[in-house]
Amino acid sequence: MNGKIAVLALQGDFAAHGRRLREIGLDSFEARKPEQLERAAGLVVPGGESTTLWKFFESAPWEDAIRRFAATGRPVLGTCAGAIVLAREVTHPSQKGMGLLDVTVERNAYGRQIDSFVGEVDAPEFGKTLPAVFIRAPRIRRVGPGVEVLATRGGEPVLVRQENVFAATFHPELTSDTTVHELAFGARRLAQRTA
Amino acid sequence: MKRSDSDSYRVKVGLAEMLKGGVIMDVVNAEQARIAETAGAAAVMALERVPADIRRDGGVARMSPVAKIREIQEAVSIPVMAKCRIGHSAEARILEALKVDFIDESEVLTPADEENHVYKHDFTVPFVCGCRNLGEALRRIGEGAAMIRTKGEAGTGDIVHAVKHLREVHRDIRNLTLMSRDERMREAKRLAAPFELVEEVAESGRMPVPNFAAGGVATPADAALCMMLGAEAIFVGSGIFKSDDPALRARAIVKATTHWQDAHALVEAEESLGTGMKGIEAASLPEEARMQGRGW
Repeated sequence: MNGKIAVLALQGDFAAHGRRLREIGLDSFEARKPEQLERAAGLVVPGGESTTLWKFFESAPWEDAIRRFAATGRPVLGTCAGAIVLAREVTHPSQKGMGLLDVTVERNAYGRQIDSFVGEVDAPEFGKTLPAVFIRAPRIRRVGPGVEVLATRGGEPVLVRQENVFAATFHPELTSDTTVHELAFGARRLAQRTA
Repeated sequence: MKRSDSDSYRVKVGLAEMLKGGVIMDVVNAEQARIAETAGAAAVMALERVPADIRRDGGVARMSPVAKIREIQEAVSIPVMAKCRIGHSAEARILEALKVDFIDESEVLTPADEENHVYKHDFTVPFVCGCRNLGEALRRIGEGAAMIRTKGEAGTGDIVHAVKHLREVHRDIRNLTLMSRDERMREAKRLAAPFELVEEVAESGRMPVPNFAAGGVATPADAALCMMLGAEAIFVGSGIFKSDDPALRARAIVKATTHWQDAHALVEAEESLGTGMKGIEAASLPEEARMQGRGW
């Protein structure tokens, strides 16, 4: 392991994730080949277009690499399109999901870009609201029994966790708040310091 | 509060962030949009005719017909962009009401206003605009553009002007970061750009919004070259649907845009291909046939 967080850089806002990780003192690298995950301490599947991400996943053994990565217990964070590809079931239109999170996600569920918005989400566990940017965002329509809801908006889950896999329907990487990245990778920060 | 800090502007630039590392493909109908999506396009751009056909056939090039835009929106789940004429605020309002995801106020279409561009801060939908240098980019950002692309020379299949514009933009940015504070106003005057944005670039060393390449991309190697020169994503116009196998070429350009640093991946992308668009050497075009001179 190289102690760094892999940010999947096939397409999407991977650069924004890299900046947020740097702000909390974590080194990251842009991963463009499946074998690069083997040495990583954590994985970010960024926002972007989930349809486009799947085209890449079909052209190289990404799905297998991401599944194996998650199975080792190392932290995985998916935002927006990242949350969609990690989900068990995807609708509107229906699309394959990796099933690493037992949730059903509806794509583009608020509408098109004109319906994108900035808002606050409720995160009682952190004792505050978090700023959140929703871009052509999905909605989580069903949450399985093993899935913990960490933040909500209007009562709907927007940040969830199943063991080591975290997913947000919004983009914490586009705000200056690093709570979500610290939550997912905070323990790794200690490991990097002592390594 | 600066307009660039508003929630509305952050959401606009946010979508541009999502498209980074991707390829945005020109399409004229639903069938082409589906081919583009299947090939891995991050978004499609609806227009009436691809630039090479506009060049060949002449006439006034306008916004895509409403029925075509609707048909394209229904065909794909990726973002749908559409072009409006420079300064044509009414076409822009129509595209916004159709809920396109991004408007390209484009020099490829016949300009509607010889002096003014659309005041883009007044819209909810984000805009992308073309530029040849940093001054032009910052003028468009001053008007509210949330994404900038090079103009290049559309419809030629010749990458030389996209390269020239990328080089100029990055040279201007580098120069600004080296200047002392008291030299910035003079540079703002030379660039004919808003001073606040000139200061922002001087401090950050970056374009304030995502910076993509367009105009003359015809091969995977062209796309990779633009990425090497600092572009964050690629627009392809005529290059795909004017080639002998659009689906194959679209896939290869997507691959090259992501794996631009990997020469072996570029070999794989190039070797899958047949003949590209024939193209026109941009240097052979008379001044009045150049689209990049439209807008300022």
